[in-house]
Amino acid sequence: MADSLRQKLLPVAAILFGILVAWYVGAYVMNAPFQRDLDRRADETPAFSEFVVKTMTQPKPTLPAPHQVAQNFFENTFLRNVTSNRSLVYHAWVTLSSTLTGFAMGTLLGIAIAVGIVHVTTLDRSLMPWIITSQTIPILALAPMIIVVLAAVGITGLLPKALISTYLSFFPVAVGMVKGLRSPEILHLDLMRTYNAGKWETFWKLRLPASVPYLFASMKVAVAASLVGAIVGELPTGAVAGIGSKLLNGSYYSQTIDMFSALVAGSIVAALLVTAVGIIGRLVEQAMGARAA
Amino acid sequence: MNGPASGIKQAVSTSPSVIEASRLGLTFETGDGLVHALSDVDLSVGKGDFVSFIGPSGCGKTTFLRVIADLERPTAGTISVNGMTPAQARQKRAYGYVFQAAGLFPWRTIERNVGLPLEIMGYAKTETERRVRASLELVNLAGFAKKFPWQLSGGMQQRASIARALAFDADLLLMDEPFGALDEIVRDHLNEQLLELWARTSKTICFVTHSIPEAVYLSTRIVVMSPRPGRVTDVIESTLPRERPLDIRESPEFLAIAARVREGLRAGHSYED
Repeated sequence: MADSLRQKLLPVAAILFGILVAWYVGAYVMNAPFQRDLDRRADETPAFSEFVVKTMTQPKPTLPAPHQVAQNFFENTFLRNVTSNRSLVYHAWVTLSSTLTGFAMGTLLGIAIAVGIVHVTTLDRSLMPWIITSQTIPILALAPMIIVVLAAVGITGLLPKALISTYLSFFPVAVGMVKGLRSPEILHLDLMRTYNAGKWETFWKLRLPASVPYLFASMKVAVAASLVGAIVGELPTGAVAGIGSKLLNGSYYSQTIDMFSALVAGSIVAALLVTAVGIIGRLVEQAMGARAA
Repeated sequence: MNGPASGIKQAVSTSPSVIEASRLGLTFETGDGLVHALSDVDLSVGKGDFVSFIGPSGCGKTTFLRVIADLERPTAGTISVNGMTPAQARQKRAYGYVFQAAGLFPWRTIERNVGLPLEIMGYAKTETERRVRASLELVNLAGFAKKFPWQLSGGMQQRASIARALAFDADLLLMDEPFGALDEIVRDHLNEQLLELWARTSKTICFVTHSIPEAVYLSTRIVVMSPRPGRVTDVIESTLPRERPLDIRESPEFLAIAARVREGLRAGHSYED
């Protein structure tokens, strides 16, 4: 335990400390010009230490200092009613729900595409180039179109955002699952052939279980992409709720501190999602007889 | 060649032949041209025989086994398995195949691995359980049913894969160097157990090996093969009794057969370099 503390916690803490120091220096440098301007107009000549404190306490700083973000994050996460639209928990939940919906659809779509590619030669030859092309289109260009087109046919709310998450998350799953479904050794395939097993049985009893590690590895990537998709999906809709709308509002009203705490909320949600997928993956693999790591 | 030839005829007349190959050939097309994996192979294996195929790498012994199993298609000649084509025999699940590696599914316990063919062949649940238990007992793995493959030694894994091949009612067991990757001590032990199992189940076994002592110890007939092109150079009828303790390998009779196998292998080695 003490060893893992030294091996893991210490390096992480050291890097975190470095980032904080750089952040404070950056906050001072970025906010100093505006503060100098203010002081000149007010005819004040504060001492250096006083000046530094002032750059860290502006209400709408160019770059908020870490403690400002931390305070804002704490207040908006823990001190607000979770149903209030000032609560980050509320916004995170809105984004999370479309992330998870999109992630579920993307995972299913990715698996379906992979199954098609592995079993149908025509799809194998024709589908992959299109899938890769789909991912070269910037999502920022595509997202507004999806939202607008779906709104025109009367689909609004959760689903359009979830579809953008789907669009981003099916790709890693499809690629990972094609590899996973093709991962069984020749020996195992020969064995199934000696039993005169059909394609269907070979799929359920060999290809699918063999692909599970690949599935979870690609789901980790996909869930993070889903979150990005949901946030991006909130930007062009003029959405009233969600981490994306919080970011957009913050930028409209120069509430940089709000923006940063929304970013922090987003990255915490991402970390939790990736960790959750990792834990589920480990549990599934343990149930499938993998050696405890 | 007269002796073994008449031996074959005798075997054919006393028991129906399980495998009948005549002028069998298989040619692979590779980047470097044609490879004659098998050429003009004539062979018949009678019911209850234990036939070993021995020869250097590239002599086609594994290919021949794979042709029997319908894992390769011959390009010349004919072959029948239980009086059917290999494809029909495979569809009727006429044989169990044991590969060089155990090839257990790592996500299945030993009992579920052994039950895999039964699941695919649609056996009822209670029947599956009964057969799994019986085959695990045959290979002395009764206590390991709930273990996962990685929890077993290499020799035990290979025994589990033999149990898997025994679980369904195939009278023919095809074994492709099943003990090739195991150490000598484990190998001796498994050889003994295999003979015991053969005596108890009266299956027909085709057994590919690199090892002369293994071939002589196990077989009622030894098929010596040589490469380029892969062909049968000698078929030796074993004069050893069916009951074979391990120390039979020091007997003069055993050594005489081994010498003949070695001679056959050497004669087949007509490398032109």
